[in-house]
Amino acid sequence: MDKMPAWADAVLVPLISLILAALLSALVIVAIGESPIEALKLMVEGALMRSTGWGYTLYYATNFIFTGLAVSVAFHAGLFNIGGEGQATLGGLGVALVCLYLPWPHWSLALIGASLGAAVFGALWALIPAYFQAKRGSHIVITTIMFNFIAAALLNYVLVNLLKPVGTMDPASALFPPATHLPTFQEMFSSPESPLFRGAPANISFFLALIACVVVWLLIWRTRLGYEIRALGHSESAARYAGISPVRIIIVTMLISGALSGLMAVNTTMGESERLLMNATEGAGFIGIAVALMGRNHPLGVLLAAILFGFLYQGGAELALWTNIPRELIVVIQALVILFTGALDNMVRIPLEKLFLAMRRGNT
Amino acid sequence: MDFLTLLQVLDSTVRLATPLLLACLAGLFSERAGIFDIGLEGKMLMAAFFSAAVASLTGSVWLGLLAGIAGSMVLSGIHGLASITFRGNQLISGVAINFLAAGLTVLIAQDWFSQGGRTPSLMGGGRFNAITLPFADTLSGVPILGPIYAELISGHSILVYVAFACVPLTWWILFRTRFGLRLRAVGEAPEAVDTAGVSVVGLRYAAVAICGLLCGIAGAYLATGLQAGFVKDMTAGRGYIALAALIFAKWRPWHALSACLLFGLLQAVALRYQNIDLGGVIIPVQVMDALPYILTVVILAGFVGKAIPPRAGGEPYVKER
Repeated sequence: MDKMPAWADAVLVPLISLILAALLSALVIVAIGESPIEALKLMVEGALMRSTGWGYTLYYATNFIFTGLAVSVAFHAGLFNIGGEGQATLGGLGVALVCLYLPWPHWSLALIGASLGAAVFGALWALIPAYFQAKRGSHIVITTIMFNFIAAALLNYVLVNLLKPVGTMDPASALFPPATHLPTFQEMFSSPESPLFRGAPANISFFLALIACVVVWLLIWRTRLGYEIRALGHSESAARYAGISPVRIIIVTMLISGALSGLMAVNTTMGESERLLMNATEGAGFIGIAVALMGRNHPLGVLLAAILFGFLYQGGAELALWTNIPRELIVVIQALVILFTGALDNMVRIPLEKLFLAMRRGNT
Repeated sequence: MDFLTLLQVLDSTVRLATPLLLACLAGLFSERAGIFDIGLEGKMLMAAFFSAAVASLTGSVWLGLLAGIAGSMVLSGIHGLASITFRGNQLISGVAINFLAAGLTVLIAQDWFSQGGRTPSLMGGGRFNAITLPFADTLSGVPILGPIYAELISGHSILVYVAFACVPLTWWILFRTRFGLRLRAVGEAPEAVDTAGVSVVGLRYAAVAICGLLCGIAGAYLATGLQAGFVKDMTAGRGYIALAALIFAKWRPWHALSACLLFGLLQAVALRYQNIDLGGVIIPVQVMDALPYILTVVILAGFVGKAIPPRAGGEPYVKER
C-alpha cells in the first residue's frame, strides 16, 4: 500500500530534507559570525546575476550532471559507485591521449574522439570493481574507493614520468593542439555589441551533458536493459527468477556508470584547462553522490540538482573572495545534503507518512 | 642498507602505523557489530582538529585529547542516529560524515585562528612528547638488542603504547567477555540477539561509541603526536587505509596489527625513498602509495584467501512484529 501520494515522495520529501540542510548551513554561517542573508545575496549576485556567473555555474553543473548520472545509473541497479572520482581521472587520461596523439582536423571530430576516449577509459576503470562484485562478491563500495586512490597514484605516475613535457616542473601534460579547442559559451553566444559569458569556462560540453540526461532517461525507462537494471535494483532474487543475469547487468551497469563519470573529463580537461592536470576532477566525482541523492536518481532531478550545486560552487568561490567564509562551506553544505537526503531520509519520511495516513483516515 | 637505517625506517613504521592501527580497531568494533563505517577518515580528521585547537588554546595536550575524542564521538553519534535509529544507508552516512569533517574543520579553523584553515603550531605541553623507557640509555650500548630497545621500542609518545596495548585489549573484549560475544553476535545474527532479550540498538550504539573513542585517539595522535598542529585534510586517506587494513586483516585484532604495520612500513619507505632500485628494476614511489589499496582489492577479490565481512554488516535491523 502506498502510504504517500507519488508527488509527496518525489518532491516533498527531498524538499523538506533540502530545507533542513539549508537551515543547518545557515546556522553554521551564523556560528562563524557572518550573516546568512548577506552570504546568500553575495552568492546569487556572483553566480546568477551576470552572464559570466552563469558561465561558471553551468561549467560546474556540467561536471555534476555527468557524475550525478553516473551515480544514479548505478543506484538503479542497487550498486553504490563511489568511484566516480577515479573514473573521471582516467577519463581525463583518455581525453588527453586522444587530443595529444591523434591529428584532429576540426573540433567537432575531436569532441567525438575525446568523448569516446573519456568514456572508454572511465568504463574500463569501473570494469575491474564491477567484475569483482559480480563474480567474486567483493563489495563494490570498498573496491571503488580503493580504485580512486589507485587512479590518483596512476595519474601521478603518468604525468610525472610520461606525459610531462621535457624541461617543465609542473606535473601536467603539454597543451592540446589548437584544433581541439572546444567553442566556449562566449564564442557561441556573444556578438561584438553584446558580450556574454566573458571569460567563463562553460563550453559546448554542457549540451553533451544535456544529451546524456535524455539518453539516460531513455535507457532506464524505455529500454529492455533499463528494465533489467531496475529489476535487479529492486530485487536480485526476482530478477534472477525472471531470467536476468545479475553478473551481466552489474557489469554493464558499471560500464555505463564509469563511462558517464569519465565523460566529465571532456568538460574539464578538453573544455577548460586544455591540458591534463593533476587534480582535474576537484571532487566532482563525490558531488555526484549528493546530486544523485537529491535528484532522486531521475535525470531531470539530477539536472536541477547539478545546477543547484553549480550555483553553490560558483557562489562559494564568490564568498571566499569577498568574505571571511572559506570555500569549504560548500563541502559542509554538500555533506548536509548527502546526510539529510540520503542517510537521514527516514527521519523526514516516517513522520510524513504518519501525517498522510492520519489525513487519509480523517477523510474517509 | 645498514642496521641504523633499517632501525630508523622501522621506527617511523611504528609511528605511521599507530593512527592506522587505532582507526582500524575502531572500524573493527563498529563492523563486527554490523555497522559499516567508511567515515573513519572524517572522524579522525575532526579529532585531529579539535585536539590541536584545544591543545593550542589551553596549552594542555590532555584537554586536547579529550576534545578530539568528543569531536569524533559527535560524528559517531550522527552515524549511529542515521544508521541505527533511522535505519538509513550506512555507506551514505559515512560519506556524509567524511565531507562534514573535511568542511567543518577548515571552516572552524579559519574562524578561530585565521591562518588559512590550520591551527598554530603546538609546542611544549601542547604535544605528546616522546617517552624514554627505563634503561634505554644504559642498554643502548648492548650490540643489536640495545639499539633496538633504545631506538625502536623506547622513545615514542604515550599514545603509541596505548595503540599497541589496544590490540590485546580488543581481542580480550571481543573474544573473552560477554559483551564481546554479544557484540559479535549482533553483527552476524541480530535477530538471535534480540530473541535472547538483549538490545540490538544498545549494543550497536555501544560499538559505534567505541569506534568514535578510538578514532578520536587516532586523530589526536596525528595532530599532537605525529605532527605539531592541524593542517587541512591532514588525515590524507589514512581512514581509508585503515579500512583497507581491516579488510586485509579479515576483521581480526591481531591480524589488524600486522596489516597496519605492513601498511605503515609502505608509508615509511615511500616517505624515505623516492624511487626504489631493486637490481635494475625501479619501483616508482607511486606504486608504494597505491600498494595498500591494490593489496586490499586483491584480498577482497578472494585471490589470496577470501575476506568475508560480518553477515549482518550494512543491514539495518528491523524488529519483526
